[in-house]
Amino acid sequence: MAEFLEFRGVSKRFGAVQAVNDVSLEIKKGEFFSLLGPSGCGKTTMLRLAAGFEEPDAGRVFLDGRDITGLPPDKRKVNTIFQSYALFPHMTVRDNIAFGLIIAKRPKAEIRDEVDRMLELIRMADQAAKKPDQLSGGQKQRVAVARALINRPDVLLLDEPLAALDLKLRQKMLIELDLIHDQVGITFLYVTHDQAEAMSLSDRIAVMDGGRIEQVGAPAEIYESPRTSFVAAFIGDTNFLEGRVEACPDREYCRLAIAGLPGIHCFNDKSLQPGQPIYLSIRPEKIHISRERPEEKPQRNYLPAVIEDVIYLGSNTKYWVRAGGYRIQVFRQHARYFLDEKPLRWKDEAWIWWHADDGFMLDHFRKADEDLLAVPPQSVGEPLNGK
Amino acid sequence: MGRKRRKGIDPDISQKRGSEPLRRTSDGRSSESAPGCRFDPILKRRRAEWLTSLPTLTWLGLFVVVPTVLVFVIAFRPANPYGGIGGGWTLDTIRSLWTPSYLAIAWRTLWISLLTTVICLVLAVPSGYSIARASEKWRGRLLMLVIIPFWTSFLVRVFAWKSLLHPEGLIKKALEALGLVGTATTLLYNPTAVVLVMVYTFLPFTILPIYAAAEKFDFRLVEAARDLGASSAQAFRRVFLPGISRGLLTAFLVVFIPALGSYIIPDLVGGPSGEMLGNKIAQRVFTDRNLPHASALSAVLVLAVLAPLIAVLALQRKAKKSDIIMGEAP
Repeated sequence: MAEFLEFRGVSKRFGAVQAVNDVSLEIKKGEFFSLLGPSGCGKTTMLRLAAGFEEPDAGRVFLDGRDITGLPPDKRKVNTIFQSYALFPHMTVRDNIAFGLIIAKRPKAEIRDEVDRMLELIRMADQAAKKPDQLSGGQKQRVAVARALINRPDVLLLDEPLAALDLKLRQKMLIELDLIHDQVGITFLYVTHDQAEAMSLSDRIAVMDGGRIEQVGAPAEIYESPRTSFVAAFIGDTNFLEGRVEACPDREYCRLAIAGLPGIHCFNDKSLQPGQPIYLSIRPEKIHISRERPEEKPQRNYLPAVIEDVIYLGSNTKYWVRAGGYRIQVFRQHARYFLDEKPLRWKDEAWIWWHADDGFMLDHFRKADEDLLAVPPQSVGEPLNGK
Repeated sequence: MGRKRRKGIDPDISQKRGSEPLRRTSDGRSSESAPGCRFDPILKRRRAEWLTSLPTLTWLGLFVVVPTVLVFVIAFRPANPYGGIGGGWTLDTIRSLWTPSYLAIAWRTLWISLLTTVICLVLAVPSGYSIARASEKWRGRLLMLVIIPFWTSFLVRVFAWKSLLHPEGLIKKALEALGLVGTATTLLYNPTAVVLVMVYTFLPFTILPIYAAAEKFDFRLVEAARDLGASSAQAFRRVFLPGISRGLLTAFLVVFIPALGSYIIPDLVGGPSGEMLGNKIAQRVFTDRNLPHASALSAVLVLAVLAPLIAVLALQRKAKKSDIIMGEAP
């Protein structure tokens, strides 16, 4: 499938703020594509550029091969679901959904049938006569979806549509959105700051920060091989260790020199050379923890550690341990819980280990992400980096 | 559920709805358990409400209700030749109003007022819209510009118009120089001059309520309408105007009612062809010294003012009621 919605070198500035900075992005037809990033990263501006509410200072926007830059919102075959839903308060649910078709001057009977079909899709046929302020949050959201979909847009834009809902409802709507995407088969461009939403729904994700795209890829790709320190830190949790490449005994793995932690091995996917400074990132759930010293195996990194904090989270436990002077977080999944098991406690000595394949190296590190580094001078109970 | 939601939005309704059933039960039991009633917190609050609104009610009663009733009563009394009120009762004064000359003036009063109101609304909606959309800094400045004319006496401003429109005045001379009007055309002393000055006078009163409504309006709704294919004109008409309907209604009443009773403006710039009911009433009082006649005219005017007001209030109540009923429907 070829690119369908395309941003080509797009920039947008609001006063002193460079909201979007020379972004190029291609979204395929039928894809569920997410823009993920912290607030103020420019993701909503990207959406508004696609909808036509903003015009780029530089660059072009293409839809299905046609240059739509400069077209007003009503001339674009693109519809938006707003974070606030923006349902028309003076109209009933039925009139809200019918709005696009009424504006398009479609025959009355056709409008009625189409609206009925949509009400069926969102399972709200019995609520058609209500006004928006008589609906619950989830219902409003569904009406907003129906109102946008009835115009059969080429692309549906969703601006944090679940942000106003509580957790359980959000999970339900997540499944519903996914089902709707499967049913209607149109392209979704989804903007969110919630990585769980983006991960669970998307075919591909673009992680944005500071008006730029940090990385584009499938959810697993973004999580398992982040290209930048920002992506590694923003998606999920991770430990960063600063060092340099010491030697590369074979083509696949190299030995790292990290102060206080000798002989750490890591898979060398970026063909780095000895002497190069690197940042090693290891996700906490990839690290094993136990009282017993693990068996020695090639490509297994293991370290003695002292438990500093234990945070029981039900399905797993989060440990903060000190190893080689670094404070490292470790997740342990509770596959089976033994009542007579002697749990790891504060100040216990233990071993942590991970396979060389499970860490990944970043060759550069942004200054802004420095406070994400696992730095040594901390004692128990002391806040991280003096924050 | 709809009812609960409504409570959160409209404290006025919720208060009424919340208190009514309670009050009913306490009233119903008042014969059996009178002492319980005395300490009923709702009754207590009602008493407090009465006490606090007593000064206002007294004022309104003395200076609005009593004079209005007097005007209605005098309308049915005969006049005496000395400018006073004679004894007995008569319907002749009321009957005498039904003459072509009065009907013409009543008709003129109505259309001048309506035209003024419509022009004011047409001008005020874009003004209110753009003030509401202006940046914080500009919003204050623009509002200030709307309010500044109030710092000059109303009478002085109308006199200023008189000199502007005068045959030797600035506007007339300028239009003449541009060749837009002939030397024979008079700008002053006709209904057009009345409408012009009335629009000038009432425009700020229209802009302010419309601005207040537009300022509260959620402009994302306009974006949503544009997104769904509406042109900017369609979005304006179908989403923005209904969204500020309350402001429009207030603006309508605030202009139309005083316009019906206006006296100074037609008196100063209207001339005989621009006379309105207000001028006739003044003539009956000051020139003819016929108080019953003036009262009869005033009574008609009061009824004419009250009729649209009552109609609007009734419509609003009906709309509210049907909203509540719909909210309760499962």
